[in-house]
Amino acid sequence: MTSLPLLSLAIWVPILAGILVLLTGDDKNAKTARWVALAGALIAFAVTIPLYTGFNFTDGGFQFQEGHLWIPSFNIHYHLGADGISVPLILLTSFTTVLVVIAGWEVITKRVAQYMASFLIMSGLMIGVFSALDAILYYVFWEAMLIPMFLVIGIWGGPNRVYATIKFFLYTLLGSLLMLVAFIYLYHQSNSFELVDYYRMPLAMNVQILIFLAFFAAFAVKIPMWPVHTWLPDAHVEAPTGGSVVLAAIALKLGGYSFLRFAMPIAPDAAHYLSGFMITLSLIAVVYIALVALVQQDMKKLIAYSSISHMGFVTLGFFIFSSLGLEGAIVQMISHGFISSAMFLSVGVLYDRMHSRQIADYGGVVNTMPKFAAFAVLFAMANSGLPGTSGFVGEFMVILGALQENFWYAFLASTTLIFGAAYTLWMVKRVFFGDIGNQHVAELVDVNQRELLILSVLAILVIGFGVYPQPITEMTHATVNNFLEHMATTKLPVGI
Amino acid sequence: MNGIQTDVIAALPEIFVLSMAMFILLVDLFIKPANRIAIFMLAQLTLLGAAFITMTTHVASVTYSFSGMFVDDPMSDVLKLMIYLTTAIVLVYTRTYISLRGMFRGEFYALVLFAVAGMMIMVSGQHFLTLYMGLELLSLCLYALVAMDRDNARAAEAAMKYFVLGALASGMLLYGMSMLYGATGSLNISEVGSSLLNGVQNRPVLILGLVFIVAGLAFKLGAVPFQMWVPDVYEGSPTAVTLFIGSVTKLAAFALVIRLLAQGLFVLAIDWQGMLIIMAVLSIVIGNITAIAQTSLKRMFAYSTISHVGFLLYGIMSASVNGFASAMFYIVSYVLMTLAGFGMILLLSRKGFEADQLDDLKGLNQRNPWYAFLMLITMFSMAGVPPTLGFYAKFAVLQAALQAGMIWLVVFAVLMAVIGAFYYLRIVKIMYFDEPKDKSVIKTTTEMHWVLSLNALALLALGLMPQSLMNLCAYAITLSLS
Repeated sequence: MTSLPLLSLAIWVPILAGILVLLTGDDKNAKTARWVALAGALIAFAVTIPLYTGFNFTDGGFQFQEGHLWIPSFNIHYHLGADGISVPLILLTSFTTVLVVIAGWEVITKRVAQYMASFLIMSGLMIGVFSALDAILYYVFWEAMLIPMFLVIGIWGGPNRVYATIKFFLYTLLGSLLMLVAFIYLYHQSNSFELVDYYRMPLAMNVQILIFLAFFAAFAVKIPMWPVHTWLPDAHVEAPTGGSVVLAAIALKLGGYSFLRFAMPIAPDAAHYLSGFMITLSLIAVVYIALVALVQQDMKKLIAYSSISHMGFVTLGFFIFSSLGLEGAIVQMISHGFISSAMFLSVGVLYDRMHSRQIADYGGVVNTMPKFAAFAVLFAMANSGLPGTSGFVGEFMVILGALQENFWYAFLASTTLIFGAAYTLWMVKRVFFGDIGNQHVAELVDVNQRELLILSVLAILVIGFGVYPQPITEMTHATVNNFLEHMATTKLPVGI
Repeated sequence: MNGIQTDVIAALPEIFVLSMAMFILLVDLFIKPANRIAIFMLAQLTLLGAAFITMTTHVASVTYSFSGMFVDDPMSDVLKLMIYLTTAIVLVYTRTYISLRGMFRGEFYALVLFAVAGMMIMVSGQHFLTLYMGLELLSLCLYALVAMDRDNARAAEAAMKYFVLGALASGMLLYGMSMLYGATGSLNISEVGSSLLNGVQNRPVLILGLVFIVAGLAFKLGAVPFQMWVPDVYEGSPTAVTLFIGSVTKLAAFALVIRLLAQGLFVLAIDWQGMLIIMAVLSIVIGNITAIAQTSLKRMFAYSTISHVGFLLYGIMSASVNGFASAMFYIVSYVLMTLAGFGMILLLSRKGFEADQLDDLKGLNQRNPWYAFLMLITMFSMAGVPPTLGFYAKFAVLQAALQAGMIWLVVFAVLMAVIGAFYYLRIVKIMYFDEPKDKSVIKTTTEMHWVLSLNALALLALGLMPQSLMNLCAYAITLSLS
């Protein structure tokens, strides 16, 4: 164990790097801005690596803790800590930020410094969400993250960006404010904003249900679960490639993570009581949204719906309360981080050349971009859950977990293997194969070295974790057991 | 020490400000227009001097003087310091604006200082008549300030409206005070408070008096259903004066509410709580929803003020020390945010051009990223998004209301806050996502640039470290209300 405040570094290095990038000024210095941003992102990634190497795999509690009194009037602490669930997500965040910086290298030409800085600052804030152990600290990071995302979609997004970004902001804000009310309520009961105090606090059933629903409002929007998912296709479609990657790879995980960190352990009895409801919503997302994805004409929209469907697996895994389901859900979160990044980056590669996301505008791309097509097919296979890719591991574990619980859950969930394959492969077929669709496709140039680098790294990770998912499962194992033990203990006050 | 001396020391800051205001009027007669900057400096020195006197005479306890009509307690000292500070900022922001519009005259500064003296008396009043006197001194100066741009028909209309409605509100307040006098036999706030503690007699008269008092206060604060004057006066007044009315005077109005409701009529809390709840809820609803439809930035801020007053009332209606301290924290935060918001309008205004329409902010990020960023902080702070001061302000009043058991009212308020976020976001959208309509370079004075930057950055810095300001408010309220 080192004595360095690793989590603080992981949060503040990218934020400071972002401020540094902003100081490079306007687009005359765009080149400097890019290099400073890349250096910042790499350093920020480097400081998160000791979180993995220094991790104690047998400890299911919070590690790397840091605590200082922050606002004594309300007993608010600057309290950070990470466990087996948050460390993989923190690594995913800092890693994705590097990708996003590289992906926006030549593509973003206006207000480069502001673009790069937004992503760096966002990365720091999201790591803050994953490591905060004080409710208000968590809330501050959670909300503050909206500001750069709002700007990213609104400034660099597609034609309908203003509508999309305002919808994104207001949807998320609505949910989170209800969560804030829940936090304040818990504060008046316990006189503390410390998460660990909330874990220990007995709560009556009706209170637990209300608290759970307040959290549900915040997290379900973020995940997003059916029927509050409608902001996501809009935001994804209008966001620039980097924005879509961050949204899909990390921002969606904030919701899933927060269920595990807040809603479920604070109100375990309500979580059990409402598990049927949660599983139903998850299965609707898995099946119905997959069908919606099938009919999309816009590639980004299709991937956005596919994300919602995959996140349905995550929530399904949470609410069957078995270690297989839970670990599967966590693996699915990480794997979806890689696969959705890869899918959005692939669409980005096409969009940068053709300025169209419509499937109908393509056809026969394989003839002009063979290298790129190979990667795209691999990622499409991973997205549809082909064994040997990381997409398979998580889904398979969740389906096995569901099977132990109820045959029909597993049955409905496994339909996704068919629907997922259908919508992804059909899109691949229409975009990449067949005859060359039109003049523009005929003029396409294959991926350059920068794009090749990003796609190869992601391809290695997707196959690597598909064959050997142990690094994630080993890390989460102790935490998951701890969590399930906590969830099995009732928090109802004695005598009620 | 003999009585006169104690009295004079307690009121020394007020005496100083009043003398200086008169001195400025005199100096102005003899000064050449080219040297008028001296008047500005003199006004700033007055505020600095008053701050110095307030600091040196500050004691952490309550001192009554002038036979109990005047009080010097931590709350009055803290609020006075805030009044000096914010007035000084107002003077910096308005200097260029008023000199371009022919209002850079000695009267402007004299009137502002008289208004400051009026607010100081309101803040320190411990007697119905002292409070009323302070209020009238403030109000009369404000009416004159609104009408100062003589040839402007809209300003004249706004001044008339403000005067008529303001006089009506003062009348209601005075009528309510007279009924309380009838019911309790005293005009002194401490005595009214203790006589109510000994048992409530003449309840119908008392409650009727309370209704008039609350209505009068609501008028002055601009709470629904007494908000009609706010948008018209905000829009019609010269922006320099709107800034003053919209920011500094709210500190004094807050003090008035605390003196009357929390000190004098605390025993009747059950009765005024109900009235405040209705006004708070309506203010938040009407303020937030109407603000969406505005195209004028000044009118939008006016409705946003109404909704902020609603949130402020959430703190007060909690009727606890926690609630009053939270309300004070809210009002101080609100004043800082308003200063930055109107400061930006003043900064963007030029000779013959008022940057008071939403569209005037178009593409600000491309014209000047730094000012766009400052306005971004201000807007997110007004919307209550962390990590800005505005978040803690809302957090403080909502936790106080929740402590008082008003959980559904709090849930309602946060739902309305989402609607409120929409129009603040729209400003950010206009600044960042739209193309600039007007590409002229923004020119400003150095001091304005720095003060506005510090003002907006303070919203961020206090958002990261809100403890000092919270402590200050808690200190002021706990020592003054115990």
